[in-house]
Amino acid sequence: MNAIVSRLARSKTLADFMFSVLLLGLDWMFGRTARRYPFFKARLGEKDFVVQIRLKDRSKGRYYALKGGEVSSRSGVHESPDVTVIFGSSRCALSVLVPPRDQLATINAMKSFQMGLEGPEELSSWFMETLSLMLNAGVQYGTDMGDGEMRYTTNSNGGPVFVYVRDGRIVRITPIEFDGKDAPSWTVSARGRSFTPPRQTTISPHTQVFKSMIYSPDRLLYPMKRTDFDANGARNPQNRGISGYERITWDEALDIVADEIKRVKRVHGPGAILNGSGSHHLWGILGYWLSARLRFFNNIGWTPVGHNPDSWEGWYWGAMHHWGQSMHLGAPESYGTVEDCLKECEMVVFWSSDPEATGGVYAAFEGTVRRQWLKELGIAMVHIDPFYNHTAALFGGKWLAPRPATGNALALAIAYVWITEDLYDKAYVADRTVGFDQWKAYILGEEDGIAKTPEWQEHEAGIPAKDVRALARLWGRRKTYLAAGGLSGFGGACRDATGNEWARSMVCLMAMQGLGKPGINMGSAQQGTPIDTGFYFPGYAEGGLSGDIAGTALGVALYQRMPQLASANTVYQEVPRLRIPEAILEGHTHGYFTDSKTIEGQFRRYEYPAPGYSPVRMYYKYGGSHMGTMCDTNRYARMYRSSNLEFVVNQSIWFEGEARFADVILPACTNFERWDISEFANCGGYIQHSFNQCNHRVAVIQHKCIEPLGESRSDFRIFLDLAKRLGFSAMFSEGITEFDWCKRLFDATDLPGAISWKDFLKKGYYVVPAPKEEERAPVSFRAFAEDRLKDTPEIAPLPADYTEQTFRGLQTQSGKLEFVCSSLKRYDPDDPERPVMTKYIPAWEGHHTKELYDRYPLQLITPHPRYSFHTMGDGKQSWLNEIKDHRTRIDGYYYWIVRINSKDGEAREIGEGELVKVFNDRGAVICAARITERVRPGTVHSYEGSAVYDPIGEPGSSPDRGGCMNILTPSRPIIKKSHSIAANSCLVQIEKWRRP
Amino acid sequence: MKERYLVIDVAQCENCNNCFLACKDEHVGNDWPGYAGPQPNTGPSWICIEARERGEYPMIDVAYLPLLCMHCADPPCAKAAKDGAVYKRPDGIVMIDPLKAKGQTQVAKACPYHAVVWNAETDTPQKCTMCAHLLDRGWDKTRCIQSCPTGALTMHLLEPAGMEALAAAQDLRVLSPEKRTGPRVYYRHLYRYTHCFIGGSVATRIESREECVEGARVSLASDGKGRLASQTTDAFGDFRFDNIEENSGRHIIRIEHAGHKTETVGVDVRKSTYVGTIFLSRDS
Repeated sequence: MNAIVSRLARSKTLADFMFSVLLLGLDWMFGRTARRYPFFKARLGEKDFVVQIRLKDRSKGRYYALKGGEVSSRSGVHESPDVTVIFGSSRCALSVLVPPRDQLATINAMKSFQMGLEGPEELSSWFMETLSLMLNAGVQYGTDMGDGEMRYTTNSNGGPVFVYVRDGRIVRITPIEFDGKDAPSWTVSARGRSFTPPRQTTISPHTQVFKSMIYSPDRLLYPMKRTDFDANGARNPQNRGISGYERITWDEALDIVADEIKRVKRVHGPGAILNGSGSHHLWGILGYWLSARLRFFNNIGWTPVGHNPDSWEGWYWGAMHHWGQSMHLGAPESYGTVEDCLKECEMVVFWSSDPEATGGVYAAFEGTVRRQWLKELGIAMVHIDPFYNHTAALFGGKWLAPRPATGNALALAIAYVWITEDLYDKAYVADRTVGFDQWKAYILGEEDGIAKTPEWQEHEAGIPAKDVRALARLWGRRKTYLAAGGLSGFGGACRDATGNEWARSMVCLMAMQGLGKPGINMGSAQQGTPIDTGFYFPGYAEGGLSGDIAGTALGVALYQRMPQLASANTVYQEVPRLRIPEAILEGHTHGYFTDSKTIEGQFRRYEYPAPGYSPVRMYYKYGGSHMGTMCDTNRYARMYRSSNLEFVVNQSIWFEGEARFADVILPACTNFERWDISEFANCGGYIQHSFNQCNHRVAVIQHKCIEPLGESRSDFRIFLDLAKRLGFSAMFSEGITEFDWCKRLFDATDLPGAISWKDFLKKGYYVVPAPKEEERAPVSFRAFAEDRLKDTPEIAPLPADYTEQTFRGLQTQSGKLEFVCSSLKRYDPDDPERPVMTKYIPAWEGHHTKELYDRYPLQLITPHPRYSFHTMGDGKQSWLNEIKDHRTRIDGYYYWIVRINSKDGEAREIGEGELVKVFNDRGAVICAARITERVRPGTVHSYEGSAVYDPIGEPGSSPDRGGCMNILTPSRPIIKKSHSIAANSCLVQIEKWRRP
Repeated sequence: MKERYLVIDVAQCENCNNCFLACKDEHVGNDWPGYAGPQPNTGPSWICIEARERGEYPMIDVAYLPLLCMHCADPPCAKAAKDGAVYKRPDGIVMIDPLKAKGQTQVAKACPYHAVVWNAETDTPQKCTMCAHLLDRGWDKTRCIQSCPTGALTMHLLEPAGMEALAAAQDLRVLSPEKRTGPRVYYRHLYRYTHCFIGGSVATRIESREECVEGARVSLASDGKGRLASQTTDAFGDFRFDNIEENSGRHIIRIEHAGHKTETVGVDVRKSTYVGTIFLSRDS
């Protein structure tokens, strides 16, 4: 609250006086703003009603009559106003209304019932929004480039961008080039040279293509309803997926959705509404699925779709037990590793790692130049991947292609060579780890009679034994970085039947070599740049405006910095994402929690339905098509036809994926058409400080660059309009607009100390200065290697999870790297699927499963796409489809590509570019064949992530022409005691496709 | 007078297609009067990438060749055009006048690099303009260069003599010089795409185990040309000779290693060849 006003307002008389003056001033402001800004005059003309602002005791007040676009007001209390804004005292009113607006004061007033809003939500919400529009009228944003062209900024999953707009249309989208005023870049000195990154951001293909996505003919431009769905009559669920659609108005659509929300709660009880989103979202903190969506659904009560730890699977369910790192979902931390790698590293082993294709996560091509530096320094590179991936192709180095789904066979054989040839760090193992002797005995064959030799490995994974010995010797003699996953703690190898044991063995190998010592760490310079971690800007996982302290990382920092109304879901029921079809069709299922708080979080099993709750009857799908991203996805198509689902609403941007299965479709706009705010590659939460993939920290105001196309609306507005019908609009928006929320988030960061709101709005971005060399974060795991207290800048693990002393050691029970996992010994020491130490367990779908393998002798891997971001960018007639390596155009249709070794192609008489059917017992996908040497015979490669689901016959039980390879992958979890994807253990057959 | 040149490093192209997409972004839905009309939404843009795999599993590489208008010093498209519809600017950029060139299909057919695309919607030949409309506005690079993540694409503003010197110093080549059109787009490491490699792995048997042989001396000779090159095998026993002409006939690989019998392998070079693993046996 304004300090002078606050002091004066201690006197009730003075407070009342100032309140009266303020109310009069409001009238004056309405008039003045309407005279200056035609848009505001038009706004006032939208509604005719009376709004009263008064004290609870009615002693002071003023009412405003809006009529025909004019506002007139009188002092006093109106006998029947339409909308009333009530304050407990004049002082309270001043704290809320006197600029600069103090949102904490507003929330405090609301929570203590010292502020209230009465009247129909449509009017009260409109009024609060109008106040906001008035206070923000005349706000300037963007940079005028002259000649009618404005330059705005926004952000994306593939980097922040300049957006040039003329006449309300986007002209171009480019990376951000820094100017002379932006903070200088860091320099790393290593081996007699200096390394400084280029002064611009990089951009992913799925961002560069965005203009064609925004203006795509597949955009949903108005609400639609299935023609044979009648909420008051026949619903015809069996026709979902094949019905046509008709256009309806927003009022009609929102009325149906709101009425259905009320009806299922009334008829079935809590838990009847299921909502799920994708794992990602168009970028922007406030619009994120962890933000506005959560706030809305918490306020209606919902059964969430629980996400499996999709990026991390084997690290979460497996590796975590060796080193903790639960708050990273089993992945390592990465501070200081770029500098350490440049200075000390002698070799990088890329293992299931393709950062050139995946951009780590959200980091475009920031890491590319750093890998080029590694190459310039002569640092050797080895690539282990069944596919000769894009990182291998660019940088060269030895390529080893193991048979898919053979997990840790290669890793165990490397350990065998290290043990038998004394090529590991014995002192480190003795001091910093526990359980090695038991694991060593297993490796040597003393437990099961099978020595895990390179020859044994060759039988399983197929790498020539001599090459394994050569690699093991190189690795054991050189300071080596292990890049396991494009981002450390990812990697397709962690998402198959052997994913746990692979990830576990990655940790064990590094434990043998001295993780944390100079030049010995995880990564490929993809993470760990020397940027400033102390400058606060939240990531999306911190929950934005969700108010959800329990379900997001809001409580870590953002809740204090951007105080907001809390929101809490009252439904203690969850449906595991990979079991949604079973939950709907069979009415029951179970899952295991993705819980990052502590190692043991993953042991908790939950049942669906939860005791006392209604089964799901309504599905509100928020973007994100499972057809091209989950597993055995024909199940999802079949599920929709069930009458167990009484109502399905889909809120999406394009008509693709699962939109075709909805009863009502709500058209959302892209993030280029609404306000938001964010930072480059900043997730927060489970990937703390993920911006350390970037060469610069870049905070961005995401300007509303153009108006929403057609009748599409921001998700925030859609949720607000539903909230009005359900009676909680003030609790949803806190009475302010999306633009206001951007300002609030700006104020919550450390930006105000560096740049004014006005300047930030104009320029659009801010480059956070890099710290001085001596203030750079120390190297991750170095303190652990040297048995010192943890010194890296993250609040993980939680204090309770340290054994000896807070900040000393790892999160494990022993505080050390554990070859034999104490957490597993406590939980289930005899689980054959997850032994207490990492062992070779043949895949339950692989070259050993004879009956299946005889029929389907090709092993399919489905990594993340090269050009799109999962489904983002694919389909919808975007330019990505014109890229030869993304889709192939045959007779006017853009087919997905399956890559086959020339020998496998020859045996099947399949030629380059021919149409083929890829199939197994789960379904079939029609693809264009690419004959290649980039996979070994027996392995086939196709990307996941098709946005297009286009069954040639019955949805859910006919071949898909769109390219959803995920139809073929197994829905069985990696291990029974997990909720996990094992996509890359998938047997298929391929044959020429003959049209029926 | 300084002119604009492009240098493309084949070894640094990773086929991300940002150049292709940035070009579409700049020209689809945008009309640049005097420079270029809009590009159609679907179909080729004015830069594309050809891919070539070399070798055979497990020894392969992939080369990517970005292709665009060569902005030739002696452009066949200009010769084929009527009414001065195609002209060369003082900075060397070759431009198609979007109005004058309407209907002139022969302009598209005239390009020996197939760089001119026919726009059926506007009935006009179109091609890369080197973003002349942006350069004239003060930009110092093209859209494709700006979005390229590896620096594979670079622009140079030099006197012709300066470009000649640069080309000599960095062994830059033009594509298909035999067409004699004087391209101002130069390639570095072009051999990655146009030439082939011969590679293999050297191993031996010690007791019952196979081991890679590091440090073996491998030399390559061609029938007729004598010894071409030699190198030593790396830790995996691998060797690879690059920049060999395709279809260059019979070559001999000779492998020598202390304490082992020398081995020779004959290869009939058509395209890139992986000769497999060559086992050395010990001197008796």
